[in-house]
Amino acid sequence: MLAATVRVTRDLDLAEECAQDAFARALITWPRSGVPANPGAWLTTVSRRRALDLLRRERVLRTKLPLLVDDATAPGADVTLDTDGEISDDRLRLICTCCHPALSRDAQVALTLRLVCGLTTTEVARAYLVSEPTMAARITRAKKKIQAARIPYRVPAAEELPARIEAVLDVVHLLFTTGHTAPAGADLVRRDLVERSVDLARLLHALLPDDAGVAGLLALILLTDARRATRIDAEGRLILLEHQDRALWDQERIAEGVALARAALQARPPRRFALQAAIAAVHAEAARWEDTDWREIVALYDLLLQVWPSPVVALNRAVAVGMADGPAAGLAAVEALSDEPQLAGYGYAAAARADFLRRLGQDDAARTAYEEALLLTENEVERAFLQSRLEEVNNR
Amino acid sequence: MAEYLILIYGNETAMEAAGQPLWDELMAGHNAFGHKHEHAIRGGNALQPKSTATTVRHDGDRVSVTDGPFAETKETLGGYYLVEAKDLDEAINIAKDVPAPNGCVEVRPVMVFD
Repeated sequence: MLAATVRVTRDLDLAEECAQDAFARALITWPRSGVPANPGAWLTTVSRRRALDLLRRERVLRTKLPLLVDDATAPGADVTLDTDGEISDDRLRLICTCCHPALSRDAQVALTLRLVCGLTTTEVARAYLVSEPTMAARITRAKKKIQAARIPYRVPAAEELPARIEAVLDVVHLLFTTGHTAPAGADLVRRDLVERSVDLARLLHALLPDDAGVAGLLALILLTDARRATRIDAEGRLILLEHQDRALWDQERIAEGVALARAALQARPPRRFALQAAIAAVHAEAARWEDTDWREIVALYDLLLQVWPSPVVALNRAVAVGMADGPAAGLAAVEALSDEPQLAGYGYAAAARADFLRRLGQDDAARTAYEEALLLTENEVERAFLQSRLEEVNNR
Repeated sequence: MAEYLILIYGNETAMEAAGQPLWDELMAGHNAFGHKHEHAIRGGNALQPKSTATTVRHDGDRVSVTDGPFAETKETLGGYYLVEAKDLDEAINIAKDVPAPNGCVEVRPVMVFD
């Protein structure tokens, strides 16, 4: 609805106002005349009509409003109710505008939550653990840039689309990972962010059903989130993959995720999220921890490193090597990465080293590594887990 | 349509070290850019090196004049184009064609006063 209105107003603030007006009208009209058969279409029509009225009356079309639409799609008096196709295009336009590479990543995420997911500024601020004025300023600054620099409100040209969708996927993935394991605070998971990322990935998949990157990301999110009920125990303590009760994994999400991952893997070269989803699928399909096909996982990480050479991926691969070939091989693989500057302040690198050292019985070195990991970890559930492992080493 | 200033930043030291061949290549690049975007370009200039810069600074009611650019950075402003484009995407696509072998270009929308 907002997306359809922006196409008329070419201005995000004005579109938001019109959308709110439409809701206000619904509150007055619906109790009297009943809820219309298609409330969404009703609201969209009212919101867009309001926008057109404002545009005509104030003749702001050419003078005051920034050009968010290219001239080919400029609105005229003949704008009618959207067909489904147009609505889809509008949403894709809105997402592409919110995730435009000329905006900072923080601004992309904030705008996407605010304008695509419809969260209030207060909710977006809470989701990112910043104060409301800070978030309001961030959103205002981003909207100003969209206006002043004329960031276009349109689906990018075919040759640009893959790169732009990649940026959108990064935003959705960031939302998911931030929600899946909160970077700080008392809760391991932030449900609100996870649900938003699922909604966005589903929306993108509906808009771009043939995009393997989109399908891969949706698969990755579903497969990872399928384990959510088993990641902490009744006392809120972290349960490792190894000890999770697999009977409680969400089989519906797994089935959907596996099918999506399988389809996404057909694309050549394989896409980053499709490979990550495939790794999650190997875990999801192992009936017991002991059944995990670690060699398959190492092979998938090798492919992933080719399309996405990141030290964090290399670290995950090293952990998988340790599972396939034993803790000594794992430790060697982790230590081979010790020169990576990006991993220097990364808590999971220290935690992985600590775990292999503990299993090898090198208690002194393990103790130091756990202490280092604790210094670098701010999520309280993860801290409690590392603390308990440290005590285990201290007591033997 | 809107106007954008494309500011070209580069590393002068690296440029000097590379000498004439790079300079020739750069000039050819700018000529090609000029032809390709003839219809969008509204102006542009190359600047003398930063050693020729003078900074005039207002400090309360005093005005000081000092040698050099206002900030010492590795990459310095070496030239600019003023272009017309319908939106930021079009401006960015033009900016991608600006030769900037040892640096980057910055795209800034020109402010319009109603």
